[in-house]
Amino acid sequence: MKTWHELPPGAVITEPGSSRNFKTGSWRSYKPVWNEENCIHCMLCWVYCPDMAVKAEDGKRCEFDYDFCKGCGVCALECPGKKGVKAITMQEEGA
Amino acid sequence: MTKMIAATGNEAIANAMRLANPDVCSAYPITPATEIMHIFSGYAANGEVSTEMLLAESEHSAMSACIGAAAAGGRVATATSSQGLALMWELLFIASGMRLPIVMGVCNRALSAPINIGCDHSDSMGARDCGWIQLYSENSQEAFDNMLQAFRIAEHMDVRLPIMVCLDGFITSHSIESMRWVDESAARAFVGGYQQSIPLLDIAKPASYGPLILSDMYMEYRKAHEQIMAKVPQIVQEVGAEYGKLSGRSYGLFESYRLEDAEVAIVVMSSAAGTTKDVIDRYREKGIRAGLLKPRLYRPFPYEEICRALQHLKAVAVLDRSDSFGASFGPLYLDIVSSLCNQPQKPVIINKIFGLGGRDYMPDQAEHTLDELIRIAQGAPVNSVKEYIGVRG
Repeated sequence: MKTWHELPPGAVITEPGSSRNFKTGSWRSYKPVWNEENCIHCMLCWVYCPDMAVKAEDGKRCEFDYDFCKGCGVCALECPGKKGVKAITMQEEGA
Repeated sequence: MTKMIAATGNEAIANAMRLANPDVCSAYPITPATEIMHIFSGYAANGEVSTEMLLAESEHSAMSACIGAAAAGGRVATATSSQGLALMWELLFIASGMRLPIVMGVCNRALSAPINIGCDHSDSMGARDCGWIQLYSENSQEAFDNMLQAFRIAEHMDVRLPIMVCLDGFITSHSIESMRWVDESAARAFVGGYQQSIPLLDIAKPASYGPLILSDMYMEYRKAHEQIMAKVPQIVQEVGAEYGKLSGRSYGLFESYRLEDAEVAIVVMSSAAGTTKDVIDRYREKGIRAGLLKPRLYRPFPYEEICRALQHLKAVAVLDRSDSFGASFGPLYLDIVSSLCNQPQKPVIINKIFGLGGRDYMPDQAEHTLDELIRIAQGAPVNSVKEYIGVRG
């Protein structure tokens, strides 16, 4: 840990993208679970996720990045699913 | 030497801002500081400065815009008073915590309720612990000189802290006094160009201002802030001496007036010091060894230097133009007593609360205070340590 002599003035962060070093997944009490069968790859979850914890590749939705998902549940709320069945559901951690 | 002119304190502040040519000024009008930005916006409209003016919808927004502009990498100045300063409250800590050298003129005015537009120091005294530097001015001349020096002090690369330049509302802000400008090109050279420190607009070097700092690091940042504050008096003195070469008027941490051989003294800030000096002159003519100490740099408070200046006295009265309700004494009194409390030999120190809400400070108040100090110096007991003066009943 840095001492008070070693701090950048005004707590200004000069390393871009350093929030990657600060993992927030342990804050989660509910975990979003992705069921690919019901996913239409509409990417709404990817758009809404405030923590960039929904990964995508070639226009297709991929697995959650649980290192950064805080479990807010907005993805599950917005998910239209397939024929009324959600592709994302929230499950209690450790349940 | 420039010629003598007549100007109000607000004209003085606005002219110092003109010479500093800030990149951005964001403000919201409030009596008695409105006129500063009114005059300054005229300079901007006439092309005498290249400043971008931002009229905000409140002082909260005005200070927010100043913070954004300073973080972006610009020289920033503003002005406010009383309720306006109170509305800026949470932003004051953000400006200082982010180490943004914003320069702000403050026309000292009483706080509501009851609503009042007259002078007292309740506004800036309430903001004394928010991590800003504070300079206080006795008259228009000092307001101008302090404002010019404020840019150098705040923007010094070893400081980078916001600064308030305080002047007494109406008494100084609106009274026309004789004063001198400084040579314009010399003043511009003295203030100099703005040196950036981690500007947000440098897109080649991305930076983030205002991160979350929790219990593992917050206290280290506060300790660092305290240490930066400790460097300020030395820089204030260096800038004050350099300004003396430019203008013929040197500035230190405080003014000592007939204090070295004095037995009794009054400590008072801003415009009331002028009245007090006249009374001290009359007492000196009568053979009474009276003196005055007028703090200029109030935050950080130069405890050691003020202790050395006062410790030889027999009795001292500290005159506060605000009260610290529930603290028993006024804020200036508490700082003066703190600076002397560990000395084996120290004066008896009493506290007078005066001039609230624009109540006039009259020479007879200084006379009664000096008479009481003389009696205390001769061994009389202290009747009351704290007293409101100039109050009915």
